Amino acid sequence: MSDLHQKSLRELATGLAAGEFSSVELTEHFLERIRAHDRELNSFITVCDKEALLQAGAADERIQKGEAGPLTGIPLVHKDIFCTKGVKTSCGSFMLDNFVSPYDATVVERLAGAGMVMLGKANMDEFAMGSSNETSHYGPVKNPWDTERVPGGSSGGSAAAVAARLAPAATGTDTGGSIRQPAAFCGITGLKPTYGRVSRWGMIAFASSLDQAGPMARSAEDCALLLSAMAGFDEKDSTSAERPVDDYLAALEQPLGGLKVGVVKEFFEEGLDSGMAASMEQAMEELKRLGAELVEVSLPHSKYSVAAYYVVAPAECSSNLARFDGVRFGHRCKDPKDLEDLYKRSRSEGFGAEVKRRIMIGTYALSAGYYDAYYLKAQQVRQVIADDFRKAFEQADLLLGPASPETAFRLGEKSSDPVSMYLSDIYTIAVNLAGLPALSMPAPRVGGLPAGLQLIGNYFDEARLLNAAHQLQRATDWHLQTPEGY
Amino acid sequence: MTLERDDVEKIAHLARLAVAEEELEPLRGELAGILHLVEQMEELDTAGITPMAHPLEMAQRLRPDVVTEENRREAYQAVAPLVENGLYLVPKVIE
Repeated sequence: MSDLHQKSLRELATGLAAGEFSSVELTEHFLERIRAHDRELNSFITVCDKEALLQAGAADERIQKGEAGPLTGIPLVHKDIFCTKGVKTSCGSFMLDNFVSPYDATVVERLAGAGMVMLGKANMDEFAMGSSNETSHYGPVKNPWDTERVPGGSSGGSAAAVAARLAPAATGTDTGGSIRQPAAFCGITGLKPTYGRVSRWGMIAFASSLDQAGPMARSAEDCALLLSAMAGFDEKDSTSAERPVDDYLAALEQPLGGLKVGVVKEFFEEGLDSGMAASMEQAMEELKRLGAELVEVSLPHSKYSVAAYYVVAPAECSSNLARFDGVRFGHRCKDPKDLEDLYKRSRSEGFGAEVKRRIMIGTYALSAGYYDAYYLKAQQVRQVIADDFRKAFEQADLLLGPASPETAFRLGEKSSDPVSMYLSDIYTIAVNLAGLPALSMPAPRVGGLPAGLQLIGNYFDEARLLNAAHQLQRATDWHLQTPEGY
Repeated sequence: MTLERDDVEKIAHLARLAVAEEELEPLRGELAGILHLVEQMEELDTAGITPMAHPLEMAQRLRPDVVTEENRREAYQAVAPLVENGLYLVPKVIE
């Protein structure tokens, strides 16, 4: 059996350019792996066999004509939150089980323009609300490192597919940790860019002031290649950043001598698993060996981030999800007796329990008389948290900590207690509130399970984040380990 | 702050969600648990702090007031549950 699925994106591009294999062969290889393994993992909601092979054929023509870019002919999977023209876009919800998008998201359009081949749509928590992939209407995704454990969420299908080598690359979205926590749980590299760096157009909205799309792949180098194609101004997104995109690939090679890395004190206090702490120590030693200087920094108010997030995110979700009314698209109940019945039953039948809880929390927080106590207060806490980061970046170029307090938990372990599930995102949420870029990359495993090292950058400093991660990955093999059986 | 069953019914109505009688109490408990988590914010004195509405201090962009979208009614209505002659159908609202 060929080892095409173990190659980096750069190796795949080189092989395609040299004619060692075609995009059609590469695509068939991954489709075959999906058929062989995904019955067990459930990482795909939709597999696009026919469309993928057509796209691969077109990519092969481009390669033959000498018109290929660095991603042409390389397959990927899109999180099912991105609208894909002519292909079911469910967002993990029964509400959109019948929804075939009439247009492509900007991210989808850009990656297709770069010649990438879409293998299908990845499973996810319903409307990206969840940290374990257990809220999906299409059933939970299993972690390829231990199929009794969750892959993390909400981009759990994307993370599991890349970890099991069913796709060389994936897209994800991160509103409170939804790229970084599953990347950590599955042992891959995932980057949440600065808010506004990647277009939100065509990405089904959850919490608009927090949502950000990013790449998920095996290495920082692969993520740099993907981000180069994804990032950039889009006039269709009203909060898209109007500034040039850095040369992420060129920045990868910078040596780390003199880099100041701030170790976030609060991320190493109570609540952190001791094995996870030891794994982080090893990664920090390696950074020092590469010439980085480690300093201690403090984010004293980060402990309030989960509380503020569970006002801001539900409030925005309750507004965004008001569009699902059974009239224009999505699920509609049978035989509504009047308009109110149509709205209420369509929404109650279409949404799952977690989505309904968040809509209700958000509705409550925004209702008359409560706005100041909840939403306004949360926006003030958000400012305090962003100020903590501003001060920390006066002392360091990058910040460091674990991506999650523990390794992947068991299926069902937290699903009956929403608050304990929310607290599993304690180290990722502050970054979203501040709008900063951050990545999770594999650190030494803990008890056989992947551990995620989180690096946080200053605004629009994705190049430095990817650079540090790449240098660390050049010196180590933590990111190259593959779960047994895949 | 305590959350009563009546509050849950009121919120569900505002959110246009139907909640069955037997779901009210469990839902009340779950929502109260989340609000308890949220109330940690009260420990922090935020008097005088400007609320942060957006991570980047940027103003809303303006564009020339010209038509940029073509009419794609057919494509958009193809995914609607019920349409007739280009109109979305809902139960009768005016007698």
